[in-house]
Amino acid sequence: MAEHREPGYDAEGADPLVRPYVITQGREHSDAVRLDMISVVIAARADVDEMALEPEQLRILDLCRRPQSVAEVSAHLDMPVAVVKVLLGDLISRGYVLARAPYTQQSPVNREILQAVLDGIQRL
Amino acid sequence: MESNDSERPGGPIPSAIKILVAGGFGAGKTTLVGAVSEIAPLSTEEVMTEASVGVDDLAGVEQKETTTVALDFGRITISDQLVLYLFGTPGQQRFWFMWEELAQGALGAVVLADTRRLDTCFPAVDFFERQGVPFVVAVNCFDGAYRYTEQEVTEALTLDERVPVLLCDARSRASAKEVLESLVRHVATALAAPV
Repeated sequence: MAEHREPGYDAEGADPLVRPYVITQGREHSDAVRLDMISVVIAARADVDEMALEPEQLRILDLCRRPQSVAEVSAHLDMPVAVVKVLLGDLISRGYVLARAPYTQQSPVNREILQAVLDGIQRL
Repeated sequence: MESNDSERPGGPIPSAIKILVAGGFGAGKTTLVGAVSEIAPLSTEEVMTEASVGVDDLAGVEQKETTTVALDFGRITISDQLVLYLFGTPGQQRFWFMWEELAQGALGAVVLADTRRLDTCFPAVDFFERQGVPFVVAVNCFDGAYRYTEQEVTEALTLDERVPVLLCDARSRASAKEVLESLVRHVATALAAPV
């Protein structure tokens, strides 16, 4: 897994010196937490032991002061979704971040939610 | 074990829902997303490590099978409890396996058709029909391009009569809103009378 390369990433990535799979210590999947691309994540607490976290995780916590989807965190950090999921998984299991599953994973789509979406679009 | 803990000081964590915007390369997917999104469209990439075997034939090349799929997306905040994300899906057929993952839990989809190349949206139409994802077809009328009528598009794509077809201008917020509204109404109709 250590040889898991992303061609071209180094040239464009946020940190050209560190490959994504080095940051995640070679893991590709987070073991404990199943995150979707649109799971919403938010920082859970203010007291952060900065020494205990990776720089990328600190950046994530910074972004997550406001609710964000996994996809947004990925876009802002310029890191693939898969990598962000691993980093977030760690943060969640250590209590630094809370996550909420996408709506359709929690309840089926119903009339109320469709009406809310329609109203939201019309307000644009 | 997703932590579904929605209670926190400062209010509940919003839940997200998504709509997909599919269509051939250059059909205007990101343009449409940008027309309604409250943020400038963001781009993310998902690294796929499987299922591309046999599709991306790298004969004789000793390399791990990874494909990076770029997705553009936008956001519309519906309320403090609900956020809608619009994802532009990759246009190429070989990314179907990715769509399956993307399609999971989607509220519905917009298939953007390009009047100059109507056939480029066949794969998307096929896909959503098979997955049972409700969709509308929006024909992006590029300047000077030949304009079909809605009926002609329905026939050309052999669509179910109930699938809404709209002519749109993906650059215009009003037009893009109309497309999304039509999709949500279509989903509501499908909900009331399941096929």
